[in-house]
Amino acid sequence: MPLHHPSLTTARPWRYIPSVWDALIFALVIGAIALVLFGGHETLQPLAESQKTQISLDPSHLPYYALRTTLRMLGGIVLSFLFTLIYGSLAQKSRRAEMVLIPVLDILQSIPVLSFATFTLVFFLNLFPGSLLGAELAAVFQIFTAQAWNMTFSFYQSLKTVPKDLSDVSDSLRLGGWRRFWTLELPFAAPGLIWNAMMSMSGAWFFVVLSEVIDVGAIHITLPGIGAYVSAAIAHKDLGAIGWAMLTMLGVILLYDQLLFRPLVAWSTKFRVELVATAGEEHESWLLDFFQRARLAQRLFRPLGAVFRWFVELRIGAPVRPSRQVIEAWDSPITDMAWFGLIAVVSLWVGWQAFAYVTATLGLNDLVTIVGLGGLTLLRVLVLIVLASLFWVPIGIWIGLRPKWASAAQPVAQFLAAFPADLFYPIVVTLIVYYHVNPDIFLSPLMILGTQWYILFNVIAGASAMPSDLLEAASSFRVRGLNWWLKVALPGVFPYFVTGAITASGGAWNASLAAEVAQWGETTLHAHGLGAYIKDATTSGDFHRGLLGVAVMSLFVVLFNRLFWRPLFEFSARRLALN
Amino acid sequence: MVASQLAPAPSRQQPGEVMLDVQNVCQAYSKGSASDLLVLDGVNLQLREGEIVGLLGRSGSGKSSLLRIIAGLTRPKKGQVTWQGQPIDGPPKGIAMVFQSFALFPWLTVLENVEIGLEPLGVPASERRSRSLQAIDLIGLDGFENAYPKELSGGMRQRVGFARGLVVHPKLLLMDEPFSALDVLTAETLRTDLIDLWMEGKLPLRSILLVTHNIEEAVLMCDRVVIFSSNPGRIAAEIPIDLPHPRNRSEPAFRQLVDDIYGRMTRPTERPAATPHAPAPDAQGSGIGMTLPNVSTNLLAGLMEALMQSPFDGKADLPEIADELTMEVDELFPLAETLQLLAFAVVEHGDIRLTDDGRRFVDEDVDARKKRFREHLMAHVPIAAAIRRVLDERSSHRAPYRRFSEELEDFMSEEFAEETLAAVIDWGRYAELFAYDEQSQSFSLEDPA
Repeated sequence: MPLHHPSLTTARPWRYIPSVWDALIFALVIGAIALVLFGGHETLQPLAESQKTQISLDPSHLPYYALRTTLRMLGGIVLSFLFTLIYGSLAQKSRRAEMVLIPVLDILQSIPVLSFATFTLVFFLNLFPGSLLGAELAAVFQIFTAQAWNMTFSFYQSLKTVPKDLSDVSDSLRLGGWRRFWTLELPFAAPGLIWNAMMSMSGAWFFVVLSEVIDVGAIHITLPGIGAYVSAAIAHKDLGAIGWAMLTMLGVILLYDQLLFRPLVAWSTKFRVELVATAGEEHESWLLDFFQRARLAQRLFRPLGAVFRWFVELRIGAPVRPSRQVIEAWDSPITDMAWFGLIAVVSLWVGWQAFAYVTATLGLNDLVTIVGLGGLTLLRVLVLIVLASLFWVPIGIWIGLRPKWASAAQPVAQFLAAFPADLFYPIVVTLIVYYHVNPDIFLSPLMILGTQWYILFNVIAGASAMPSDLLEAASSFRVRGLNWWLKVALPGVFPYFVTGAITASGGAWNASLAAEVAQWGETTLHAHGLGAYIKDATTSGDFHRGLLGVAVMSLFVVLFNRLFWRPLFEFSARRLALN
Repeated sequence: MVASQLAPAPSRQQPGEVMLDVQNVCQAYSKGSASDLLVLDGVNLQLREGEIVGLLGRSGSGKSSLLRIIAGLTRPKKGQVTWQGQPIDGPPKGIAMVFQSFALFPWLTVLENVEIGLEPLGVPASERRSRSLQAIDLIGLDGFENAYPKELSGGMRQRVGFARGLVVHPKLLLMDEPFSALDVLTAETLRTDLIDLWMEGKLPLRSILLVTHNIEEAVLMCDRVVIFSSNPGRIAAEIPIDLPHPRNRSEPAFRQLVDDIYGRMTRPTERPAATPHAPAPDAQGSGIGMTLPNVSTNLLAGLMEALMQSPFDGKADLPEIADELTMEVDELFPLAETLQLLAFAVVEHGDIRLTDDGRRFVDEDVDARKKRFREHLMAHVPIAAAIRRVLDERSSHRAPYRRFSEELEDFMSEEFAEETLAAVIDWGRYAELFAYDEQSQSFSLEDPA
């Protein structure tokens, strides 16, 4: 199954060139972050007592740590689901909310995940002063920020494309908004949502490991978990412990996959709308089969089903229908103008707050430095994507055209994408230190270590999906060698490659915060780049620099997506889609 | 058949009091900047108890829009619809709808799909179950209660659609081309089953309103057929059908009615847009504002060839040739009208006749055909001539797509402009009148050879 990239396929009212509206929304988001920092700053000092849970490097503690990490992950995903359902529905039901919410989501997904925790930590610590609960919530929130955006895009996209006949029949049967949501909208969105949740999970393992060690300014908190274990192992230069941690991680991801997502994905195929069963995309799960066959399990689930039905059949609706005048006034262009005006004023105000906050200590030359560093990171991302593509595309095509290989390689590639690449960093750092090579160059591959697999498994999927008659026609006309690659294979997988590369590039930007600075014992390596800049600014508690860095990076990501990936994506969808 | 022995229930014969009253309904779709596109213009229609009424028209004649208005799914721009004395404002009680695409929830079983209509009515669960099973039984679906729609054939799926419509015990059943997604045999079985149930008085219904583009289907099922003309949708004629059920397609009276309706639907004055030779009232100067159906040149040539062959020898009855080519009205009419527009054929009173040029075209080889097609395109399709003229006048011999789409959008909706240009591009390419490059979206005189 190809990876959908919902944020790009979402039809949106604006075009590539960023508009004034985009700028306003950008100001709104960055300003809101500034306000959070602003509010938290005052109360930061009394909280500055360090809380460090002692982490034992004894492997026998690993199952417990793994459990803690897994629960955090679960918390993040539950939160993401709730957010997705509410935010996506709001954006779909209200035209005015949509104009704000969807661009906001676009900006949010461009903000590096690792920086969110920095900004929100203060807020969460204030919620529960003196206890670790605040830090736990901050970690969960970080996982949430790594998962929620593309799930929300997927859900919103599904809501927008609910088949018209099913929508009509729901109206005609007078199902009402509440029941319509549960019988039509949510089931219709389920396959995409679950698939995206699984993809988000893959990415989130990377961050869950990092979120357990919090080093922000004077605050040092360690939460028990696999990530904290690894970080302790790094501090003690204990390679054996890192090996154990990797092994545990492997087990955890496999279990999550087998016990949660396989069954969910297999189950969600029931909600596919195309009435003809499509061949080739079989999703199977032994666990689901077991539940569907076992009487006892069915009996266990029956009360749950009854509760669900009762819930769905609740009569929830507006108590009073607003009168026609109210509706007309609400829909009028004047209200639109008022709404636009309100958004503009609020955006400008919070944007000004952010500006004032940043310019309190920083000047134009700082901005120039940051943009320069951003350029360096951009260069790294580009070069890495090109290199990874040159390497993986031919391999992916080769594998994809051999069904046996493909069915074996696909899960492996997906698994590799889920494996938190940060666990490998210590090994790379030791090598760099040992051989005295330039960290500016040799730290870079870490950025794409975890996300290159998206390119591989999308290309495999693309090659497997190539129509066999096309391939047979090519071979019957003796299209071979370079001609075959240029005219048959590459155009055939291109749309899939683009989706994979977009995901890989987004992941690389995110990973730059972790990859441009790396540690092994007392040795810390630095590469020059925006990721390292943001990371350093936040660890030293310089939120002014941190905020400016994050703003610039998200600007880079947004522009890169708009001006490069989206046109490429649309070109490939228009010209090279094989259907 | 059971129904033939039974005397039809009296209420089925004499339509009773008015249930539904459509008064002067107009519907328009706004297309943003330019003026609105009128799809329904001053439609008046009454529906009485005990009758099956068919709305017959071409695609784009607004008949489905009218059905959606009656179903309460959309609001008319002007006019009013009253249902049992109450103005319709949202889906009314007592009206159920059957959809062309069946509109079944794929994740619900047959039983659940049927039950779902009863939930909002507040029917208790046990009664929901028994009523649904009854409806499933009535419509011939027993044994399939626990199947999912994707396990069923098209005909069985539409039966679920009927059961879902009937289970709420509606007084009026709206059907939007309910048989057109089915194969011929299945559609026929379903139609007869439905008519039998209706004649036997086993349906809870008082009346049925059927939208269709299939003339025979309308004559087969309805007590009254309302014919719509297109652009904008207006009621062109109302024809009562007094034939007793079950009706026989080969009966002379039946054929006569079908022929008559074909004739009415092809009356030249009904579609001013497609007859530039007549002084059309809305002729926008050059006639550029004519909407064109996107029919392929292969089909045009194929129809002309079929017309030349025996038994037609250049002239055919539209129902007959439709039958011969197994084409529906919706597919055949645009072809026939395009041939008429290009002066390769004349369509009148339900007949189509090749002109002399049309006959010559059939006998010619590829290059001569292209040349003739090019001449006719230049002479009779103003937008094609305009494109060529602009390309000739410009020194670069290039012009962007937008240059013409914007001009067309002064006369028609964006959608129609797109279809019209798609047609012209296809015809122009075939005639080698101009070239079009999809990627740069521009016309040119470049010959790729």
